[in-house]
Amino acid sequence: MLARTANNLFWLARYVERAENTARILDAAARLSALPAGYGGTSNEWMSAVSATGGLSLYKELYDDESHRSVIDFLAFSPHNPSSIRSCIEAGRSNARAVRTAITAEMWDSINGAWLELKQFPAEGLTRPRLNELLSFVKESSLRFDGSAYRTMLRNDAYYFTRLGSYLERSDATARILDVKYHVLLPEGQPVGGSLDYFQWSSILRSVSALTAYNWVYRQNLRPWLVADLLILKREMPRSLASAYENLTRFLDEIARDYGRQGTSQRLARSTFARLQNSDIDSVFSEGLHEFLLSIIAENNRLGGAIAEQYLS
Amino acid sequence: MVDAPFDEMTSAGNGCRPAYNLVKAWLDTLDPEILKQRSHEAELLFRRIGITFAVYGQAEAEERIIPFDVVPRVLTIGEWQRLSEGLTQRVRALNAFLADIYGQAEILKAGIVPSDLVYQNPYFRPEMIGLKVPRSIYVPISGIDIVRVDSETFYVLEDNARTPSGVSYMLENREVMMRLFPDLFSEHRIAPVENYPDELLQTLRSLAPPTTRGEPTVVLLSPGQFNSAYYEHTFLADRLGIELVEGRDLFVRDNTVFMRTTQGPKRVDVIYRRLDDEFLDPLAFRPDSVLGVPGLMAAYRAGNVTLANAVGTGVADDKAIYTYMPEIVRFYLGQEPILKNVPTWRCREPDHLAYVLDHLEELVVKEVSGSGGYGMLVGPKADKEQIETFREKLKAKPDDFIAQPTLALSTCPTFVGEGIAPRHVDLRPFVLSGADQVRIVPGGLTRVALREGSLVVNSSQGGGTKDTWVLDDPTGADAPPGTPSGPAEVSSVQSQTQTGPSGQSQSQSQGQS
Repeated sequence: MLARTANNLFWLARYVERAENTARILDAAARLSALPAGYGGTSNEWMSAVSATGGLSLYKELYDDESHRSVIDFLAFSPHNPSSIRSCIEAGRSNARAVRTAITAEMWDSINGAWLELKQFPAEGLTRPRLNELLSFVKESSLRFDGSAYRTMLRNDAYYFTRLGSYLERSDATARILDVKYHVLLPEGQPVGGSLDYFQWSSILRSVSALTAYNWVYRQNLRPWLVADLLILKREMPRSLASAYENLTRFLDEIARDYGRQGTSQRLARSTFARLQNSDIDSVFSEGLHEFLLSIIAENNRLGGAIAEQYLS
Repeated sequence: MVDAPFDEMTSAGNGCRPAYNLVKAWLDTLDPEILKQRSHEAELLFRRIGITFAVYGQAEAEERIIPFDVVPRVLTIGEWQRLSEGLTQRVRALNAFLADIYGQAEILKAGIVPSDLVYQNPYFRPEMIGLKVPRSIYVPISGIDIVRVDSETFYVLEDNARTPSGVSYMLENREVMMRLFPDLFSEHRIAPVENYPDELLQTLRSLAPPTTRGEPTVVLLSPGQFNSAYYEHTFLADRLGIELVEGRDLFVRDNTVFMRTTQGPKRVDVIYRRLDDEFLDPLAFRPDSVLGVPGLMAAYRAGNVTLANAVGTGVADDKAIYTYMPEIVRFYLGQEPILKNVPTWRCREPDHLAYVLDHLEELVVKEVSGSGGYGMLVGPKADKEQIETFREKLKAKPDDFIAQPTLALSTCPTFVGEGIAPRHVDLRPFVLSGADQVRIVPGGLTRVALREGSLVVNSSQGGGTKDTWVLDDPTGADAPPGTPSGPAEVSSVQSQTQTGPSGQSQSQSQGQS
């Protein structure tokens, strides 16, 4: 297939996934900010949401306050923020439009429909219930897109590149969300904080829809290091780093098999996946959670570069 | 004012032309509410599928859809056969003309067409002189704009020999009509147009260069998603099963064109390009353009790739050359033209200019190289100031203009607001010229001026489209009573009548960026 088509598919999936992640992060921030003051939190959840998307310095260029209004504007609507929900859906749709012939009618319908419907949400003065509607709408759009791709695409390179985009973006988002919260994810034996910490951990889980999964896997109360374990090392958890890399490895192997040639991106994905498989949470903490996450983010970047060089240009 | 213009449905002795019997019966019994509802459904379908086109210089332009009218335009098989013979003849002549002016230039030497009209023409490409084009087919794909003024007379309004657009609307209109009114299709014998993509692909493949190894690789080259006809590009690439490429997807090595794929370079043999000449190759034409492919012209010269349409075909769809088409047909084919030109005054000729200046209020004045309905004067609709402005333009640069009488374009019943009313239409059939034969699917794109009295059918100026039916019914509904059915005789076209003033259709050839 055309390298540009593969590139557009890859980025189309990344943008859809990114819109969903931004919505989840906003959702978690809104939830935490709604806690009664008695829980003693002083940290600004809204600003930490901005950090989790990697947009802190851009935010500071654009706004001089830290109000929830500004944060919602920045993360949901700002055309100046390339990771805002609107920018992602718009860019995703533009990529889809450029590869209309490579995607199925249902995929086009889902992204084009999302783009049309998004315009109904006012950029200013969004009420709390409307914000919730917006966030579920974004999550549903992303589900629809993913589901359409899963159910309607031929299993060929077009599908594989689409999946690579989703999983690389997801790996990046999970690593960033954890990194912003690493200070509340303390290793075993460290003093555990108050109720606020508890809500923080649960908000991380909620932001990736993993609260129930946690209970299934660990069958015990929330422990911060287990939250980290679930989201980094558990392959059965679909938004974990291990799961993302398992899929990245798998789809890169499918492409290599079809094309009859292995390359740098296959080697990089396999080595990161092996690293995640061979770690346990104690060794992650002894290396330093923050350092570990930074190294994963760097590996994501390297892998993205290798895929681009090998196939997309 | 003279008589009302010819109406395709009602202009007959008994109030309905036979071809329209069933359509009229359908319209007569149909609740306007249902029509309204179906029109709305059609619009939703078009919007949902994303059939859009852009109008340059307008905000949100990317998202416009062309209004679709649910009342079909009907032609009989007899009318169609006559049209299609005329179109075939015309396109053969166009190809012969292009091969000649880039070859021996016999027609210029014979003094039939003035040399300066060719050599001074902005679309003439000296690079093409002496270059071998496969099978000498310069215009594999053309769209010929036709207007009708009475039951017998069709005029060619314009030959689109560069990158004509609109064929996706012809196909989607049929698709949508079949979804909305399946019963109508079971009651009529409507000739199919759905095989157009197959015919186009066969045409393109038949023109692959001799250096092709194995099956030719055909691609569609688009300027990208901000082009007004981008939807059509994706649609055609999809239906043809070929790659939709942009300039950056292609590169030239050893005078051979390749596309960049996920598995490395792949050779390209035939390019159906929807990009104007001047953007094709920054090394040969506009150096500032990033839309094209550096080195493409060298590969073309070397005979390693076919461009469809060939480079430099714009010289043949120029409005000044248009005026010579009857002579061009006679010169190359030795036949009388089957399809007539609209009578035209060439302002470059002093006596014509004098006449035009005296009759500006009655005439339509067009820029020779204009398109899309821009830069023209519609005399009967213009105010004094506009007329004086044009008078000065004409005096300053007479060579740039032609003038034509305002034609009484035929009308077609059209759904407007609360009911059915006549609106002016034109027709663009699409003619495919391959190495082996000329192919035309029965039908075309009917464009309709939606505003009352308006003659502007251009989509960029608010016109709409209709499904176009050729009734494949050899027994009845073809000719008026008393006339034998079957193909009309060629001679019948010769009897042409000039009816009263009413206005002028304009042609659409959407600009490429």
